[in-house]
Amino acid sequence: MAGECVQFLGFWASPSALRVVWALKLKGIDYEHIEEDLLNKSPLLLKYNPVHKKVPVLVHNGKPVAESLIIVEYIDEVWKQNPLLPQDPYERAKARFWVKFADEKVVPDMVSTFMKTGEEKEKAAKAARECLKTLESGLEEGKQFFGGEAIGFVDIAVGWIGIWARIVEKLKDVSLVDEETMPLLHAWLQNFLEVPIIKECIPPWDKLLQHNKGYLVKLTPDST
Amino acid sequence: MEQVTVLGSWPSPYAYRVLWALELKGVEYEYVEEDLLNKSDMLLKYNPILKKIPVLIHAGKPIVESPVIIEYIEETWPQNPLLPQDPYEKAMARFWTKFCDDKGLAFTLFFIGVGEEQQKAAKEVREALKTIEEKALGEKKFLGGDEIGMADLAWGVLATSLGVIEQIVGMTIFDAESFPRLHRWAQNFREHPVISKNLPELEKLLVNYTRKREMYLDTKIA
Repeated sequence: MAGECVQFLGFWASPSALRVVWALKLKGIDYEHIEEDLLNKSPLLLKYNPVHKKVPVLVHNGKPVAESLIIVEYIDEVWKQNPLLPQDPYERAKARFWVKFADEKVVPDMVSTFMKTGEEKEKAAKAARECLKTLESGLEEGKQFFGGEAIGFVDIAVGWIGIWARIVEKLKDVSLVDEETMPLLHAWLQNFLEVPIIKECIPPWDKLLQHNKGYLVKLTPDST
Repeated sequence: MEQVTVLGSWPSPYAYRVLWALELKGVEYEYVEEDLLNKSDMLLKYNPILKKIPVLIHAGKPIVESPVIIEYIEETWPQNPLLPQDPYEKAMARFWTKFCDDKGLAFTLFFIGVGEEQQKAAKEVREALKTIEEKALGEKKFLGGDEIGMADLAWGVLATSLGVIEQIVGMTIFDAESFPRLHRWAQNFREHPVISKNLPELEKLLVNYTRKREMYLDTKIA
């Protein structure tokens, strides 16, 4: 769109930044990518997100929006092509519910699995699998994505959990997105990550593995 | 009009947000009080995953989680809007609402914590209040502008239960001297014609929260 200025402050390994990148790409929005060094935050980041000082931040015509899910809803409202949320209020409520469930139930159990060892790790992984199984019930049989035939809000909000699950599975030698017990979720993850526009935004796997290995030593809570 | 039911548990601030939203929009509803120690079949049926209140049931369909419910109410009954039309202003309203929800743990630890844990929580809540006063409220009457909005409903706890909690724990953090604008906001909120008819009774809150704090402390010692 002529006259629009869209800037995106992100960090390559940030899962929440990835949500916004996927939304921008799916809508075909032109934007300037500003990569932040979270150990040395730029004056721009501190100016545009003074409350949290975190990425991602979207700056649209000089006005900043922070918090990844709020940014994605903002993008959906401003750029109407390829809608991410359904029109119907009840369907929208279901979509928002699944995203909240994933963030508040699935993620903490996966974090525990990542941070713990031995029996505690196995216990956490079991809890994570139960939550993932529940998340699977948000998928409609016969539909490729949470959004139905097309990628939607839930897919891009929850997609990084699938990526991260694979990393945790590899680094911690556990099973999370189990094909046998969660065939729909497993299939969804496979399909979703292979969609070209989604795939090309994912950082290289070995770089992600290396980065997350670093987290096992030191946790940097610098992205929302 | 299709049946609207709210499952709640007094004095849940999250349930109050939903009730205020419905009242402000003039939506008729039936309220069902849940006993959270003995959850009803209705609650387990309509919120099988989380088994929590509040739940809004509209034409037989359940919506759960208060921020999700508020957005649903806003989209289904557009009169007396709780969100601005402008997407940027809408994003800001959601941002300040989330900011409140993110402080839930700090509020809780201020209420049921002891010693250093409580002190740390008190500090965090005070900093949050400062941010709201300076960055969210400014010179406006409400966070939503001239009218109550989504963010006001979330921060409504400052106008209703925080004073009672301060009394119980014996620590003031939300003082008028440090937060003159927020105090004025709280008064405007309480005096709003719709909200004023839907405020929790302070005496009842005192009894309820005193008992709750005692229960939590007993569990810690046990």
